[in-house]
Amino acid sequence: MADDYKPYALGAGRAGVEGGHDVRADDPFFAGLSDHLADKGYFTARADDLIAWARTGSLMWMTFGLACCAVEMMQAGNPRYDLERFGMAPRGSPRQSDVMIVAGTLTNKMAPALRKVYDQMPEPRYVVSMGSCANGGGYYHYSYSVVRGCDRIVPVDIYVPGCPPTAEALVYGMLQLQKKIRREGSIER
Amino acid sequence: MSEALKELGEHISDSCADMVKSFHVKHGELTLLAERDSILRLSKFLKDDNQCVFETLIDICGVDYPEHSQRFEVVYHFLSMRLNQRIRVKVSTDESAAVPSLTGLHPSADWFEREAFDMYGIRFAGHPDMRRILTDYGFEGYPLRKDFPLTGYTEVRYDDLEKRVVYEPVSLVQEYRNFDFLSPWEGMTKDLPGDEKAEKEADNG
Repeated sequence: MADDYKPYALGAGRAGVEGGHDVRADDPFFAGLSDHLADKGYFTARADDLIAWARTGSLMWMTFGLACCAVEMMQAGNPRYDLERFGMAPRGSPRQSDVMIVAGTLTNKMAPALRKVYDQMPEPRYVVSMGSCANGGGYYHYSYSVVRGCDRIVPVDIYVPGCPPTAEALVYGMLQLQKKIRREGSIER
Repeated sequence: MSEALKELGEHISDSCADMVKSFHVKHGELTLLAERDSILRLSKFLKDDNQCVFETLIDICGVDYPEHSQRFEVVYHFLSMRLNQRIRVKVSTDESAAVPSLTGLHPSADWFEREAFDMYGIRFAGHPDMRRILTDYGFEGYPLRKDFPLTGYTEVRYDDLEKRVVYEPVSLVQEYRNFDFLSPWEGMTKDLPGDEKAEKEADNG
């Protein structure tokens, strides 16, 4: 966990993750330039790191509260666990959000609406599946009216287990999502 | 309390002898068995009579008894706020016979009757808007009937080629397994699987 709190935008966050080469380590020109700029109140960073920093630092989540999990999701956003200290805030509109938290039982009747909301979200978009019902149908797995996992409808990035998961579990899931976003390269090379 | 309910039941069955088949008081609750076709007149009487004043319709539900000749029962619960008393009225019906709708008398009956229709396929005659209320659009079958399979017939999936949510026949990865041996609905048995080991140990030791 301690790794999560490194200042990624400034440091070698992704160096070594997929065999990336960190220019700063052994490039005298870069080091000189960096020192030169630092005196004037600037610093240099890779655009990749900067983009990852921006993305992870303002994950506005689309609330898709469907059942009791939604109460834990609200709890995670409230002052006790306070997801806003990570720059995350609930948004009512899919067009303004980056991540959708599917919190609760997804029924057959709701499935097309969920997909529609997902399709309205701008790229890059992420989905967190919260709770047993959203993960795989859970208690209602054999029901005639429940989708056996919301990954049948939308691609899911993070699964948070639990029935319902505690607010801490959701916060941990969101931190894992941040980690995942940092690991995936934002620029094709 | 049950004496008062008994008196009330006698009063109702005396006043509406042609509509009430019988009544009984159990667990401190009064239940009337009524004729299906006169349920509207009966509930009007229950609403207007001075000793009843059942002005509030609490709920309408269906029950499925596949072994009965008329397989469905419709159960009405009424409340009298004025006299602080409750009553339950039951009528029986089958797939084809329609029950008179109470929407004209109790507007709250509207959605209750739609729900009973949705879940059991019970028809209500004179209902202004007899549509399904809870199940999926285009759903087929009546899920609370005893002969409806638990998992239903269709499941949904997003089709990446068609770019929409599609319906497919159910294919379960793992068969349904029942571990609920203690449920009274499953018929409780004395021996639980695994218990025979404990008894053997008790014999030895």
